[in-house]
Amino acid sequence: MKAEADGDDDAGAEILVSTEHLAPFPGLGRETRIKSQCTWNVAPRGGAGKRGLMRSDLDYVVPSTVEEAVALQAGSSGAVYLLGGTDLLPQMRAGRKDPGRLIDLKRIPLLREVRETEGGGLSIGAAAVMADVEIHPVVLARYPLLAECVKTVGAWPLRQRATLAGNVCNASPAADTAVALLALDATLNLVSAQGRRSIPVSAFFRGPGQTALRPGELMTDVILPAASAGFTGSYLRLSRRKGMDLATVGVLVGKRNGKLTLAARWRIALAAVAPTPLRVPDAEQVLEAKGSIAVWEAAELAVAACRPITDLRGSAEYRRDMVGVLVRRGVVGLG
Amino acid sequence: MKKISLEVNGVQENQEVEVGTTLLRFLRDTLDLTGTKEGCNEGECGSCVVLLDGRPVNSCLVLAVEADGAKVTTIEGLSPDGVLHPIQKAFLAHTSIQCGFCTPGMVVTAAALLKECPDPSEDEIRKALAGNLCRCTGYRQIVDAIRDAAAAMRTKEAVREKVSA
Repeated sequence: MKAEADGDDDAGAEILVSTEHLAPFPGLGRETRIKSQCTWNVAPRGGAGKRGLMRSDLDYVVPSTVEEAVALQAGSSGAVYLLGGTDLLPQMRAGRKDPGRLIDLKRIPLLREVRETEGGGLSIGAAAVMADVEIHPVVLARYPLLAECVKTVGAWPLRQRATLAGNVCNASPAADTAVALLALDATLNLVSAQGRRSIPVSAFFRGPGQTALRPGELMTDVILPAASAGFTGSYLRLSRRKGMDLATVGVLVGKRNGKLTLAARWRIALAAVAPTPLRVPDAEQVLEAKGSIAVWEAAELAVAACRPITDLRGSAEYRRDMVGVLVRRGVVGLG
Repeated sequence: MKKISLEVNGVQENQEVEVGTTLLRFLRDTLDLTGTKEGCNEGECGSCVVLLDGRPVNSCLVLAVEADGAKVTTIEGLSPDGVLHPIQKAFLAHTSIQCGFCTPGMVVTAAALLKECPDPSEDEIRKALAGNLCRCTGYRQIVDAIRDAAAAMRTKEAVREKVSA
């Protein structure tokens, strides 16, 4: 193993690591470049010796309304919105993001609210923390699939800061809350200096870290529609450790019984097996048409829909196989 | 530099900080409260957990400026005047400590759990502490200590209620 600093010794040293032990996995090269995990252990850029984390001219503003936040963003280049910071701060420390200004949205009272909408749905404010969402009585009573997924994110203290909106905007292919929002046909409300718009979460994800958010656009809340109430089921998730690890594979299987057996509605969504979290409508339809007897067919359709990669958490082949296993397990579990 | 004013372990603090300074570095470097430990500095290990307005948070993922106006309790704040918190006593009784580096985070997270859930099951304790890593001993003694502390705190609470009734 050889280690080689990238010349810039104050942050983000890259190290060449031999990956010969990964040779059985054809998708991986013999050497892979990884970002040093210990960038925080050196003096900060522009810092005065003490370990801080970011540029010393970093600005921080605390708007009290959405309009003020949007105006602050429009008025400065390199400004980013800050919610829980559980993704953003490590990204800044690793040098992957380098904003000049943080616009903290957590003190905007409207964004902290979780409230029922006029249409009978639920609005979850962008700054509402996951630890509150996972025990919210309306979520537990009507959208338990969301609570199932939220509970798997990070650890309990992390979820005291992390938000649904942040998880969605970070757009990780492994975003655990995204699969619930996809399955429940959630709508995202966005606002920018150009005005307001709403888009379905199904149109939001474009690729790893890529979303339909326009520059300067802010997510105000996530809406769960009344029509999606009543789905129950499970989020089956494989990871290297039971807590505090990203999903290697995540499969959400949800069902809502109708009056007749064949009127049951199904939901299947997958995490960490494609460039974005995704829903599998084909598999849902076959279950709705034939009932859970079509479990093998549904599982095959889910396997066909995924496009996994090989990485440190698992090979593409393993992920594809596990999608089939977990879909079958989820469907059989719901009968 | 930004001015912040917050209450730490019951003491009002008015300080100037750089925006990039985490709450963790502020507590350790500015206030010399070094009980709170820095492990991974990216929210994975839980050594830096403190209570922010009563909630357990990874202080390495909170900027000091974000804590403006808040009430912070660190491990030092759990044992005012040197009287150990029941969880600390239970950790000693069960030898739930080897090197001790993870212990402040464990104790603070456990204190937050017992406030919300005075009689947790083993499963609930393990889930609440999933983000607190110990690299020395494993978790058996830690879980046992928290169950014992919970029982001791419930007894104390029951006695207090009886006395005041």
